[in-house]
Amino acid sequence: MNKPTVVGYLDSLYAHPGDAVIVRVSVFDPAGRYTADLVRLICGETGPKGPGIKEERIEVGLAKEYAGGEQPTPIGSYVIVEKMPQLGAVEMSLRVWPTLPGKGQQALVSLGPLRLFIDQSGAVALAANGESISTGRPLRARAWHRVKARYDPATGAARLSSAPLPGFHGDAKTEAKGGLPVVKPKGPLLMAAAPKPGGGTTDHFYGKLEAPVLRSGKLKARWDFSRAIDTAKIEDVSAAKLHGRTVNAPKRAVTAAKWDGSTHDWRRNPAHYAAIHFHGDDLSDAGWKPSLNFKLPKNLKSGFYAVKLQASGPAFYVGFIVSPRPGAKRAKLAVLASTVTYLAYANYRRRMTPGPFELAMGALPTVDMTDIVLADHPEFGNSTYDVHRDGFGVAHATIRRPLFNMRPGGRFWNFSMDLCLIDWLDNQGIEYDVVTDHELHEQGTGLLKSYKAVMTGSHPEYHSLEMLQALEAFVSSGGRLMYMGGNGFYWRVTFPRAHPGMIELRRSEDGTRAWAEMPGQYYHSTGEYGGLWRRIGRPPNALVGIGFIAQGFDASTYYRRTAASRDPRATFLFAGIDEEIIGDFGAWGDGASGLEIDAYDAHLGSPPHALVVASSENHSNAFMLVNEEMLNNSHGVDGTLNARVKADIVFFETPGGGAVFSTGSIAYAASLAHNGYDNNIARLTRNVVERFLDPAPFKPPAS
Amino acid sequence: MKPLIDPARLDLAAEYRAKPFGRHSPELQAVLDVMHRPEHCQDLILVSIEPGKWMLGQRLPDGKPPRLIENRVFTRLEDGEWEAFRRRWKALTGQELKLP
Repeated sequence: MNKPTVVGYLDSLYAHPGDAVIVRVSVFDPAGRYTADLVRLICGETGPKGPGIKEERIEVGLAKEYAGGEQPTPIGSYVIVEKMPQLGAVEMSLRVWPTLPGKGQQALVSLGPLRLFIDQSGAVALAANGESISTGRPLRARAWHRVKARYDPATGAARLSSAPLPGFHGDAKTEAKGGLPVVKPKGPLLMAAAPKPGGGTTDHFYGKLEAPVLRSGKLKARWDFSRAIDTAKIEDVSAAKLHGRTVNAPKRAVTAAKWDGSTHDWRRNPAHYAAIHFHGDDLSDAGWKPSLNFKLPKNLKSGFYAVKLQASGPAFYVGFIVSPRPGAKRAKLAVLASTVTYLAYANYRRRMTPGPFELAMGALPTVDMTDIVLADHPEFGNSTYDVHRDGFGVAHATIRRPLFNMRPGGRFWNFSMDLCLIDWLDNQGIEYDVVTDHELHEQGTGLLKSYKAVMTGSHPEYHSLEMLQALEAFVSSGGRLMYMGGNGFYWRVTFPRAHPGMIELRRSEDGTRAWAEMPGQYYHSTGEYGGLWRRIGRPPNALVGIGFIAQGFDASTYYRRTAASRDPRATFLFAGIDEEIIGDFGAWGDGASGLEIDAYDAHLGSPPHALVVASSENHSNAFMLVNEEMLNNSHGVDGTLNARVKADIVFFETPGGGAVFSTGSIAYAASLAHNGYDNNIARLTRNVVERFLDPAPFKPPAS
Repeated sequence: MKPLIDPARLDLAAEYRAKPFGRHSPELQAVLDVMHRPEHCQDLILVSIEPGKWMLGQRLPDGKPPRLIENRVFTRLEDGEWEAFRRRWKALTGQELKLP
């Protein structure tokens, strides 16, 4: 099969004109040669009903052939204490909550040639130079154990034990002792991994560790994981101060052996959160060496771009956004690229895992050859829709690795779908800038202040508090917001300061979700409460008038105008549109309402004066009411039976002279190009853009 | 034992072939609900080998790349879905699905 044989990533998802851009490239092609180029992406749709892929080359002196090789990706989290003193006889103890005992050798503590680990059988073992003694009794998965080991380098005498902590019965304390080869324990000390000959780490541990202690002579190092939880630091509270650090962002702010449900906020009682959850498939930084370096032209148009890498197979696109340099002249309209949502979905492997996909989605999963490359390379990490190998949800996503979804083509979703907006704007000759979620988080509402209107992407699902506050401030100060999609403003994400380029996500409480956060772990490592913004008290309805109501992935449908579409306040929306039915066409599912859809709900904060000017109808059996709308399961929740399964197009004015227009459907963007961009969805959208860029203030109706 | 899907209901297969995506009759949806159960879905997937061309595959454990099932290329997603339907029909009824 013809697959891409070169991949890469950048150090940021956005850059400004004039910036230097570093590309980190890994080449699988045995010939070790590849080409690169810079392209502006205009349209990413590859199906028979869309305009097709559109891109334009940008000359930056990049287009030539390069030599390169495969760069290793050191996946797997662990703790390292680099500076260790001379060690004599050692005694180690720690608490262990394994999640995959019996699934391969897993290191607990490594001191050079001496290793405390879980052996192939799942029992605790101690090894020196490869020879080991084992307790012989497998640890129980997802249960706390006290593990102890002693080793005398003078004689090779060794003892170890494992004992379940109180809380369950059936397992007894198990001990082993014997003689091991004489070796010299030495640093660096690793926890949850072992050093690999030749460099790197191996034998990564899956599960939680807590309260490791190392005694050797007068040394009594005691690492307290309840300290500095919101950092990558590991603190030794002994006089020796043998501080360490985490690598690849294992999950902190997780429940420890003491946790008893008396608190759910780690900041209130850190001692109950003195554990770290490690995974052999955690990744926060691939750490590749720079391969290419080029400069963006100073006059480069803001937009969606990619470094296009190609070896013997199809091209691999390294997507990014070029946003205006601070202080530069701005267009009136900003497209807010959903870079945080792109990141949350990046390296989505779930479609390729066995299971009853169609019961929820209504159609077979589809992947392409670029996705197959992802499957070939587990070391590129997971998406926040996947679970780790031990079944626990992936709570972190980093930009510092190849991202397989920021490209044209592939799944018609997010980045690829948002290019439909770019394609339409270009076709219409509407001037715009593209800015990013990441900048919105970093800069707040100041990023938007010079724009008259902001247009979101088709699926702006993930937001930090800072991003929401910035958008709310923009709208309340007279800004105009076009929410061009569905299931937006749904989950909270945070940006842990210790891990640049990484987002954290806890799928707390409920929601339409790929996995469930563990009890007691609903607070992020930043101290912020995770979950749906709706559950946190900031439902999307308050910002954009609508909120997530249903999803289905088989077919789309149309909207029917409502009586409110004839309200004088809405006249401008439908100027030139005579049809009752709009959007009964499109490149995704033959309709403008589809994939994930939102509806008006006053109980959730949709403004009472908002006009629902059109609603979709005739959704398929695959569209089912989202579970956060139900207190218990019931029949009658699919699109053929439930009148609430519909997308609402909503318009309302805000007190500051601003306004909001919301489409309520991810598939909407895929209808814009229909019939040579001459259709009622394009017309409606054009009408909104023109009025929203007009400085004349909007005024809410008198109540 | 009575099969979970009535092999005589070729009318439902015809309904699916005519419109694999979108609204289905309750009876067809009941058939699909059986086919899509974990134990019956066969972990099928459509792999796009190049734009506009798909092959049926089987999803494998541990995130491995899907195994392509046979050397047959579909130029419409609907044709791939129909092939999946046929395979499941045969597995559940013991009979080849043949429509006029």
